Amino acid sequence: MIDESKLNLVCFRTLGNDEPWSLDTYLQVGGYSALKKILKDKTPAEEIIEEVKTSGLRGRGGAGFPTGLKWSFMPRTAPGQKYIVCNSDEGEPGTFKDRDILRYNPHQLIEGMIIAGYCIGASVGYNYIRGEFWQPYQRFEAALSEAREAGLLGADILSSGFDFDLFVHLGAGAYICGEETALLESIEGKKGQPRFKPPFPAGYGLYGKPTTINNTETLASVPVILEKGGKWFADLGKPNNGGTKLFSVSGHVNKPGNYEVPMGTPFKDLLELAGGMHHGRALKAVIPGGSSVPVLPGDVMMELDMDYDSIAGAGSMLGAGSVIIMDETTDMVDALERLSYFYHEESCGQCTPCREGTGWLYRVIHRINTGAGKKQDLELLTDMANKIQGRTICALGDAAAMPVASFLEQFGSEFEAKINNKAAV
Amino acid sequence: MATIEINGQTIEAEAGSMLIKAADDAGIYIPRFCYHEKLSIAANCRMCLVEVENAPKPLPACATPITDGMKVETRSEQARDAQKGTMEFLLINHPLDCPICDQGGECELQDLAVGYGKDVSRFSEGKRVVIDKNLGSLISTDMTRCIQCTRCVRFGQEIAGIMELGMVNRGEHSEIMTFMGQAVCSEMSGNVIDLCPVGALTSKPFRFRARSWEMQEHDGIAVHDTVGSNTRVETLRGDVLRVLPRENESINEVWLSDRDRFSYTANDSEHRLTAPMLKINGEWKETDWPTALENVASKLQAIAEQHGGESIGALVSPTATLEEFTLLAKIMRGIGSQNMDYRLRQQDFRADSEMSAPLLGDSIQSLEEKNLVMLIGSNIRKEQPSLATRLRKSVSNGNRVMVMNSAEFDYAFPVANNVVASPAQLVANLARLVVLAANKKSTKLDDAIMELAAEYSVDDDIEEMADALIEAGDTAHVIVGTMALMDANYSVLVSLASALADITGAKYGRLEEANALAAWQASLLPLSTAGSVARNAAEMLVEPLKACLLFNVEPSQDSITGSQAIRTLRETGMVVAISNFRSAEVEDIAHVMLPLATIPETDGSHVNCEGKMQSWTAATHPAGESRPGWKILRVIGNYLGLDGFDYTTTESICAETVALSISKDNSKVYSPVATKKGSIERITHLPMYRTDAVTRRAQPLQNTLDNRSAVAAVNPETLSSLGIEEGRVEVSSGDNIIEISVVSDPSIPLNCVMLPTATEETAVLAGANWLEVKTCA
Repeated sequence: MIDESKLNLVCFRTLGNDEPWSLDTYLQVGGYSALKKILKDKTPAEEIIEEVKTSGLRGRGGAGFPTGLKWSFMPRTAPGQKYIVCNSDEGEPGTFKDRDILRYNPHQLIEGMIIAGYCIGASVGYNYIRGEFWQPYQRFEAALSEAREAGLLGADILSSGFDFDLFVHLGAGAYICGEETALLESIEGKKGQPRFKPPFPAGYGLYGKPTTINNTETLASVPVILEKGGKWFADLGKPNNGGTKLFSVSGHVNKPGNYEVPMGTPFKDLLELAGGMHHGRALKAVIPGGSSVPVLPGDVMMELDMDYDSIAGAGSMLGAGSVIIMDETTDMVDALERLSYFYHEESCGQCTPCREGTGWLYRVIHRINTGAGKKQDLELLTDMANKIQGRTICALGDAAAMPVASFLEQFGSEFEAKINNKAAV
Repeated sequence: MATIEINGQTIEAEAGSMLIKAADDAGIYIPRFCYHEKLSIAANCRMCLVEVENAPKPLPACATPITDGMKVETRSEQARDAQKGTMEFLLINHPLDCPICDQGGECELQDLAVGYGKDVSRFSEGKRVVIDKNLGSLISTDMTRCIQCTRCVRFGQEIAGIMELGMVNRGEHSEIMTFMGQAVCSEMSGNVIDLCPVGALTSKPFRFRARSWEMQEHDGIAVHDTVGSNTRVETLRGDVLRVLPRENESINEVWLSDRDRFSYTANDSEHRLTAPMLKINGEWKETDWPTALENVASKLQAIAEQHGGESIGALVSPTATLEEFTLLAKIMRGIGSQNMDYRLRQQDFRADSEMSAPLLGDSIQSLEEKNLVMLIGSNIRKEQPSLATRLRKSVSNGNRVMVMNSAEFDYAFPVANNVVASPAQLVANLARLVVLAANKKSTKLDDAIMELAAEYSVDDDIEEMADALIEAGDTAHVIVGTMALMDANYSVLVSLASALADITGAKYGRLEEANALAAWQASLLPLSTAGSVARNAAEMLVEPLKACLLFNVEPSQDSITGSQAIRTLRETGMVVAISNFRSAEVEDIAHVMLPLATIPETDGSHVNCEGKMQSWTAATHPAGESRPGWKILRVIGNYLGLDGFDYTTTESICAETVALSISKDNSKVYSPVATKKGSIERITHLPMYRTDAVTRRAQPLQNTLDNRSAVAAVNPETLSSLGIEEGRVEVSSGDNIIEISVVSDPSIPLNCVMLPTATEETAVLAGANWLEVKTCA
């Protein structure tokens, strides 16, 4: 069982207070103290970046790239405009953690973005919020007004001579805009389509200027890291998997929701925290990091810890920490059909394998699920997935292909059964 | 430079350039659809995936920069697997009905499917269907065939400068369309037909006429502007079925304007004049060539004997060939006349004797490199579309274009400073610019220019222009365009522009229409000699001559004086029309009509604005009894008994001409023509598909939106001061009255009306510069 004192230490630290989203609450828990100290002491950016590196903070949006390292790529002393962009376009099925940071602790994100801007030499930041997040958007805008009024945002913050302003861009409902370069295109007012990389955003980003893009949870973790020290944060988790992590637990559990626990918490403890299996049924499968990562069988998961390296070791990914729990009654063909439909719908249509392939994948799976499957369909699916994966401009193609490969690998017999029995399983 | 290895072959290539380019240069073909050398990299088709050593996955050759020591396999198992995978995806939703597709036989998808496709499809689902779009009269669509490569979209954004096509919707539902179902209006739109790798965008006039392999190809030169774009004329059993661009990096790159591409459709017009005709007792009768030529020669000889050669004149279309200009000039001088001109749209000839040939003053390609281009009186996009695409490229590279004009146009590239004023005001503004530049350079100026500059209308912009020109020095280029040519103060504008270039050290160019440079090279110009006074086009159309040769001229359309030209010619004793087409007005004024072969039916030469002569040979035989102009003129020369008319080839004619050299125009300053208080000043624009008899007969071009019916555009302030609401108005000059629709346009200078020339509606105004505008009674 998880130690209660280890819960909600970083991003959710305002929870339990009245109006946890207000500036007063945030100041009460120690908010903005890191920023104030930095501005007062004129802490060199290198020092802050070192501290973030020490903390072992890795990108919480899914890729798990070390944040300190990412910041150090920016040509921060070069002249010209630079930008910090926060990716709050949380669209991956199963993920809903950033929504709650925006709703319950917006100031911590604001502080994190100001510090990030300070470190990379950006005077302007954008927070790209998912279009469907109306309440979080309003909360965040309100927090921005509070921060501006308090002199924490805008020109000459706290009379330090440091200028930083922050704007919100509300998306319009496209999953692909969560891909960082599509997100930049969208902010620029263009159609949300990923750019081909290289060049990477650190060299050619928003409006062609050097840009760093971080996830909401990543940026919101920064103030606490600087308040309490990188080592403190790193020690919360396991080596190379520092800090705490928000896990969005959904599916067949009694208490689905967001849980902030130390990195490396055993999966079974997380499951217990989420109230255990619904109706006491047996665990069949878990998608540990959001719908695009490979599915793992329940018994494998029960032995794993929730951190980047443990999950990767088992052949899947921690992703954004979106844990989808499936019990023994789950029809895996049905589940995959639903996932494939999602990627088919959300493909931007820019490059061939994804535009054409995601629709084909979905249709074949749909056919199998409705009793019209053919023997050679399984081989076709695997082959198609291989022809999409690694051949597209962005990772959406991979995201569509990976579940197919893993579902077939782990639960292939269910697909065969549907084909042989004309779907009546 | 970097050394890389492709398929084991060692290649030197520029580090940072794209792999596909290096492979192309080395003759190693990598399959592709979205990549095009002239367009930005999209990397969306994924057909060019290749194996790169140490890369975890296949990389697109079009978007992979070269680094030293790179090892690439384009035909390895991994590369082939990726390429075949892409091909399979491309084909699942493609119709695969090549036999009924217009692109069949010249389709990139069809070609590559042979090498990378499978014989049997594994796709058993229903195929996608996409609704076709109506893009206007030039481009036909079969949108189900589209493979979403976005070449057409990028062409609009990057080359043509107006984004008319875009990819809307997402995923499988992505489709190419125009905004709100509008037609495509770019003057370069036809290039998307060439760019489309499949049969989604095809040529509407050519659609289903022939297969590419059936046709014969002939090299041609386009004559509708002074660029001289290189073309490929394709014929089937003597019919010209289509015209395509022929790559020439120094002239038209790989592009062709719609005017040059689709004007061939006039070739089989029902209005073609196909037999020599004589007017006998007011009736037109077909005749044979000897009779017609005998008639022409004897009458001309008689008139020359009776009234002297100077009573005969020749008006020539600027689209004539160098050979035709040369022989016409020789005939005229042979019978003792200097009255010959091709500048029918020019009204101010005061500076004529000091003008030099209307050359660009530098190479076409150099326009891309100019730090600054200053356009004076030019809507360059419609006048010389290919030069406009060069300027667009230049601006995209960070260079600047500035404009002084009497109307505001959409130039398809951002303009740094745009000074718009009425034609009369344009002179003062340009003079002001000259004065400011001279002050800054401490150059002494003629007092006359100081006087002209007194009434300039804007200050800051002109000051900025002067600074920019001086800063750019000899990397700047001043160009006077065709809008200015039609201006009542052309002489003044030319001398000021020329002075401006002198003062600032800029290159200087003056652009006219079509094959104007060939007329200069052939000396088809009214050059006064000791013995006779030459009459220019304007003079010939004011006072009737005893005889006039009209070479492919339709006076009311080709002359800026419109109906005045017809009235004068009607009183001319003998009018010989050598024409491609019949027209009511020529039948009315002419006495003999000789059928002329069109450009694709004749050998000929074009001299472009660089002074470069380009020749072509006939792509097909002349229609009916029509004959190439040079042959008709040669025989007329023989009938007239003139010496030196024994040519058997066009080369021998061209050999008699002397290449042009660049020099500046005069800088003598003329005073501007008087303004007429209380009247409305006319701004004349030339619709791009009304420029010559051929273009006017090209039905697909006539059906474009560029050719909407003539309207009078007036500033809303002027309209309200005249008490006019939108609708029909009466525009008049003395007894010449027309009724026309008026549109309110805030970009038109005050107290001006912008009217098109070369239209039937406005010909009646006889080119008057000052007009009355009032509500229809």
